[in-house]
Amino acid sequence: MSCRWGFPGQRALALAVLAGALALAGCAGEYPQSVFRPVTDFAVTLDNLFTHVFWWTIVILVVVEVILVFVILRYRQRPGQPQPKQIHGNALLEIVWTIIPALIVVFIAVPTIRTIFDTYEPAGEDALIVEAVAHQWWWQFHYPEYGITTANQLYLPVGRQVEIRLRSNDVLHNFWVPRLGGKRYNYPQRVRPGEEPRYNFLVFTIDEAGEYPGQCAEFCGVAHALMRMMVVAQPEPEFQAWVQQMRAPVEPAEGSLEAQGREIFLRSTCIACHTIEGTTARGVLGPNLTRFGTRWSIGAGAADNTLENIAQWIRDPQSIKPGALMPGTTQGAAGMPPTGLSDQEVAAVAAYLHSLR
Amino acid sequence: MAIAQATTHASTKPQTGIWSWITTVDHKRIGILYGVTSLIFLLIGGIEALLIRIQLMRPEMSFLDPDTYNQLFTMHGTTMVFLVGMPIAVAFFNYIIPLQIGARDVAFPRLNALSYWIFLIGGLFMTYSVIAGIAPNVGWFGYAPLTSAQYSPGPNVDFWALGLQILGVASIMGGINFITTIINLRAPGMTLMRMPLFTWMAFVTSFLLITALPVFATGLFFVTFDRAWGTNFYNVAAGADPMLWQHIFWLFGHPEVYILILPGFGIVSEVIPTFSRKPLFGYSIMVYSGILIGFIGWGVWAHHMFAVGMGPIADAFFAASTMIIAIPTGVKIFNWLATMWGGSLRFTTAMLFAVAMVGMFTIGGISGIHHSVAPSNLQQTDTYYVVAHFHYVLIGGLINAIFAGIYYWFPKVTGRLLNETLGKWHFWLFIIGVNMTFFPMHFLGLLGMPRRIFTYPAELGLADMNMVVTIGAFIQAISVLIFLANVLRSVKRGELAGPNPWGGLTLEWAIPSPPPVYNFTAIPEVRSREPLWAEPESIEKQLKEASPEGIHMPGPSFWPLVVAIGIFLSMALFMVDAWWAPLVGVLLTFFGVVNWAFEKN
Repeated sequence: MSCRWGFPGQRALALAVLAGALALAGCAGEYPQSVFRPVTDFAVTLDNLFTHVFWWTIVILVVVEVILVFVILRYRQRPGQPQPKQIHGNALLEIVWTIIPALIVVFIAVPTIRTIFDTYEPAGEDALIVEAVAHQWWWQFHYPEYGITTANQLYLPVGRQVEIRLRSNDVLHNFWVPRLGGKRYNYPQRVRPGEEPRYNFLVFTIDEAGEYPGQCAEFCGVAHALMRMMVVAQPEPEFQAWVQQMRAPVEPAEGSLEAQGREIFLRSTCIACHTIEGTTARGVLGPNLTRFGTRWSIGAGAADNTLENIAQWIRDPQSIKPGALMPGTTQGAAGMPPTGLSDQEVAAVAAYLHSLR
Repeated sequence: MAIAQATTHASTKPQTGIWSWITTVDHKRIGILYGVTSLIFLLIGGIEALLIRIQLMRPEMSFLDPDTYNQLFTMHGTTMVFLVGMPIAVAFFNYIIPLQIGARDVAFPRLNALSYWIFLIGGLFMTYSVIAGIAPNVGWFGYAPLTSAQYSPGPNVDFWALGLQILGVASIMGGINFITTIINLRAPGMTLMRMPLFTWMAFVTSFLLITALPVFATGLFFVTFDRAWGTNFYNVAAGADPMLWQHIFWLFGHPEVYILILPGFGIVSEVIPTFSRKPLFGYSIMVYSGILIGFIGWGVWAHHMFAVGMGPIADAFFAASTMIIAIPTGVKIFNWLATMWGGSLRFTTAMLFAVAMVGMFTIGGISGIHHSVAPSNLQQTDTYYVVAHFHYVLIGGLINAIFAGIYYWFPKVTGRLLNETLGKWHFWLFIIGVNMTFFPMHFLGLLGMPRRIFTYPAELGLADMNMVVTIGAFIQAISVLIFLANVLRSVKRGELAGPNPWGGLTLEWAIPSPPPVYNFTAIPEVRSREPLWAEPESIEKQLKEASPEGIHMPGPSFWPLVVAIGIFLSMALFMVDAWWAPLVGVLLTFFGVVNWAFEKN
């Protein structure tokens, strides 16, 4: 079986308890959000610590359960059995089973506390800083170093230290990409003029290129389940190429449907919330749509990024992502009036957005 | 006090009719009311869970719309914690404590009735919101600022904040009542260190109730004031820090965990010795570890908040304190094992559930230690790993113990035994169902499934395990139906139990089943920890020689119900858009209290 488990004990445990059913279920796929497939130094640290603790605790578990099963089998009542010996306690035994767990706690606590301090180590001078600002129900990623902003799809370089600074625009959110490491909250705050904003951060260096899905882990309202993201980890040259791409506007061919779509986009209420680099669309309330066509999904994981889905989204976002804070063509949302676009206009705008690659 | 006033002989005879239940102040009847009500809420919470599980059975299902799903998971948690876990323990406290300590009733019988009515009305209030489709939808923990009027404009959050406020009042009153009862009404000779362990754990739990619930009430008042009057306790735009709520909530929330589990520890500590025919091993260590858990339980709350980014010092402190609390908990487990070691074990259904409690609670304890490891907790918090953990603790630890307690004390309450064959079906299906439901959740969480999501994409590869989980949930449901059938059947047609069907060791087994209104003809003098094992002749003699003639029992009263309605209105009317509305409830409460005070039987 090509089933990927974190370590053998887990499989043994699973087989022991749930035998075939779970084993079959457990090997069905590749688990793109598994914590047992770390690709950063941070995630590896957490994984190693968990493995260390796991084995200590398994020892305790096995001891207790074995004694329990033994007692059940051995001391079952037998016919005609006399009253068992009435024992009220044993000081020595009780000291022993207080001290041994206490020692195990020490074995667990020491590496735990050391690692706690490691996970709060600030990033180095030349780390890539990304500000991850959570919104009800999408992610904004801003790269101060390059002056670029994107949404939901997070591009990161392999081999360079990264610091993700976590903030929220509204309620609490929780940034979690399991293969990159643990999660921390995005929380909102009022920043007074002249005050440094506080933020949570996650620091790591990715050591393997790939696409790593993640999602908001703190319940944040109706569409919480559809607040996903995709991390695209690329070698430095490809990452730099992406940065350049983000700065270069996409120009649709003269007279094409896409060009029409752009013209409609720029004269409609779309620009109140959305930015597209290289155009007059500078809205900041909604996701930045620069190079939108390259995203793995629309609506932060709500549907595949296809022409039809984009059109459907523009017509009626609620039909794809209930609660989405974006108006459709005939239905307003979040205090905004309907866009009033016709079906032809919707098709043109969808074509334009789809072409932003 | 009513105890001193009511003197009719009629009150020592059982009453009948609905009115007698509405006005009852008998701790046994109130215990039954608590028990039946919380079992009904268990069914409601269970149905909520089944609906959740149908939705999660396959990826991208659309059985429930997202908002309905969010209401259901919120109300499943809220119902199970506040309308099942806490009150079902209170049902046992009510019925069993006075019997175990040799008392005729609790210290404040009418306050006891008031607690029940407030609980019932508060529970109905919250359940109404589910049926009306406007139930709380922010999680049972209701993290600010999602609970603010800005992000949750509807009435949903009001049902949550006000409903829990109402239920909290009942719990605080209950705690005061049990503490007073245990301190003052113990039989002569029953020193604290001769008290049955169940009563001891109830005693510790009661202190947690009266200390933790006020913290929660304060936090909830802030929520309500923010929503109703525009105050800024959690208003980020006005400079509030949303972490304030989390600290308040978990400062209550972690002692709450022990409020839920300590009664389970107590029940198991009664059942295991009885069916092992051996006294509890290390009684005093069991008492001290229970007290220690109660104390340390106040110093671990922020282990729910490792992902908050509190900084390394705070994280290290709470990681260490959480690991330390594992030690007294582990001691309890070893002492239960030692109690059974060398015993003569009788596997009645009650004993089966008690043994399952020890085995499954341990699994929950182990994953609890995993959570205490703050760094790797960053991968576990807010995932199904946590869901697996606390269901092993609360179902494995509490519900198993509750079932053990029901099978154990049902004959005392009704005079009839539950059917053992149905009991064994109930037990095995339940254990299979629970493990099928919650064991795979460990893997779901570590393989990347966050909590509280109404759907998940097929690409995560979690579909098959979710299917197993859902099937397990339905097996649990079947087992609970078998249990209910057993109860309904056995109440009328069960085998007659007699006073002490199990050879129990504590005082409740010295009196008839069901006990008379006055419980004990004479308050027996106790000289040991296991009166019915160490000195059965003496206890029997004392009870036989006395006559129930002239025992003074408190008379019925309907003022508790009136005051309960008043307290309910003084909270619920916050939902009306008029500042004076809650005052209506305050006035009714005042009216009820005055009449209560001057009531003559």
